[in-house]
Amino acid sequence: MIRLEHVRIALAGIAHNTLRSILTMLGILIGVGSVIVLVAVGTGSAAAVQRTIEGLGTNLLQINRQFAFGAFGRATTGTLSRSSNLTASDVRALEDRSANPDIVAVAPVVNVPSVTAVFQGASYSPALFVGTTSAYQQIKDYRVAEGNFFTDADETQHNRVAVIGQTVATNLFGNTDPVGNVVRFNGVSYQVIGLLAVKGTNGAQDQDDIVIAPLSAVQDTLTGYGASYSSIVVEAASPSRQSAAQAEITATLEQTHHIAAGSPDDFRILNQASLLQTTQSSSRIFTTLLGAVAAISLLVGGIGVMNIMLVTVTERTREIGIRKAIGAKRSDIMAQFVVEAILLTAIGGLLGVFAGVVGSRFTILGIHPIIADYSIFLAFGVAVVTGLFFGLYPASRAARLLPVEALRYE
Amino acid sequence: MTSVESGVPVLRLWRVTKTYGEGASAVQALRGISLVVHRRDYVAVMGASGSGKSTLMSILGCLDVPTSGRYLLDGIDVEALDDDEIAEIRNRRIGFVFQSFNLLPQLTAVQNVELPLTYAGVRRAERRRRAENALAAVGLAHRLHHRPATMSGGERQRVAVARAIVAEPSLVLADEPTGNLDSSATAEVLDVFAQLNEVGRTIVLITHEADVARHAKRIVRIRDGRIVDDVRLAPIEAAPPRPGLPGHQVSGAAP
Repeated sequence: MIRLEHVRIALAGIAHNTLRSILTMLGILIGVGSVIVLVAVGTGSAAAVQRTIEGLGTNLLQINRQFAFGAFGRATTGTLSRSSNLTASDVRALEDRSANPDIVAVAPVVNVPSVTAVFQGASYSPALFVGTTSAYQQIKDYRVAEGNFFTDADETQHNRVAVIGQTVATNLFGNTDPVGNVVRFNGVSYQVIGLLAVKGTNGAQDQDDIVIAPLSAVQDTLTGYGASYSSIVVEAASPSRQSAAQAEITATLEQTHHIAAGSPDDFRILNQASLLQTTQSSSRIFTTLLGAVAAISLLVGGIGVMNIMLVTVTERTREIGIRKAIGAKRSDIMAQFVVEAILLTAIGGLLGVFAGVVGSRFTILGIHPIIADYSIFLAFGVAVVTGLFFGLYPASRAARLLPVEALRYE
Repeated sequence: MTSVESGVPVLRLWRVTKTYGEGASAVQALRGISLVVHRRDYVAVMGASGSGKSTLMSILGCLDVPTSGRYLLDGIDVEALDDDEIAEIRNRRIGFVFQSFNLLPQLTAVQNVELPLTYAGVRRAERRRRAENALAAVGLAHRLHHRPATMSGGERQRVAVARAIVAEPSLVLADEPTGNLDSSATAEVLDVFAQLNEVGRTIVLITHEADVARHAKRIVRIRDGRIVDDVRLAPIEAAPPRPGLPGHQVSGAAP
């Protein structure tokens, strides 16, 4: 049985060999600390990715056109058999609240390719030029830093107004306030009425490199009244209603597009929730991988403990002999060395927790680490168990020493 | 404590042999030792190196077991005991004094003396009190908190003696206790043994020096693993002889 005396004896043993004890603890400290920091980095990066995806509009569903080719067996003419169109009637059908109770907002989107913006000699081509309705702001979660977003009135009156992102503003206006100024897009004058708040990158593209204008004006001046929108964006009532909303969209569009049940759809719905799920599972793998690397260093630290304990036992053979000669039982010697190993790892582990918590306060590779509570308990617990495990063998060697031989040892 | 069962001899050896190794390379260290030591006796076991006296010491101290024969300590057959019980015997009934002191260098004098009580499960305050008493008994009351490295050889050996008697064992077993000491330190230690014997402790002292052996009440000589001589110098009930050492004043009774 382990008694308080064994702890006292073990503590004295650790204190007696200060440098060696510190070096041994260092191995455990680094192991535990790196488990905590690396798991925190993994968790932090996962949270960052999740934030970006949520920044796209948490409840966002995007409907794209899908081309069905004859070669894939539907039609036999050998040409493009159907090009689906996303039309105003689709938008109207989706806006029907009674048929689509889980949809709160719908906005058609027309992307205008290769637009060049000119302002007083400065010219810039924004990555995205979007013609849409005012609902777009809410669905995509854009905030206005200055001025206003355009209204339904701007849309119905075909007003040539635009809202621009920060990247566009910087490139076109420099330090000048863009709101109120007139910019020529492909030669057509639009008045800038709003500047969007910075949204950052979503990983793939700069979300601030954008110009948004009323759909009616864009169709008037830049695209014409083509057969189809580029896409339709839809906001679900809540993240948990996304799949319900997706089902409603499918049903509604299959009706408006006259698609028989069982036939392939001519549209595709991008679901934010499934995107989130994919990235979450991949970042979980990332975190696990980082944790595994750190766990290996913890294991190496544990082997270091065993190494030191074996050296200690050999070095203290005579001490063991003396203790046995004056009445120490096997269990006393066993307890002394096991407790010593556990204390080494426990103290090293505590310092490692401290180091890990402090280390996680710094930004690492552009990621703000977020400490996962479980990693602290896990790393510390594993460290202590490591001490027990790797301390048992040296301790049992010590306990088995014959006193008469141990006393003769020089 | 069994130390009051005065009828039972402290030690009883019957035809004890010890053989190291096997077959042709076997070495017979003890070839049939029979010996009885009674309570309050002070016995010196003498022999040249290689005579088997160290082996005898290991067996008497329960650090090793005989190959054949029987060994009773306080009437207990040691052979029948398991490892933990033997550890307890070493702890409660035997006090060791070694030639090389065998103190733990990282502990102070009083901590060293406390150790046997620690393993006996004695409480801290009680332990400290008894350790201080034991150190006072060997004349080291003023050196409680010194580490072995800061003490003289004679002082270290007296700490070891204090450690040997702190648990009130039936037998104090000293293996060449003066082997590493100069003549004045030797006198100090022998003086302590004489006093301990006078207050009733049983002592078995192993030595190869005749001058040291003369301080005992009885001398047993060993050669080639056999007892060749067994002489009584003083009766068990009497005080031990104090012949002194050649070229050295007898210090007399301690203050």
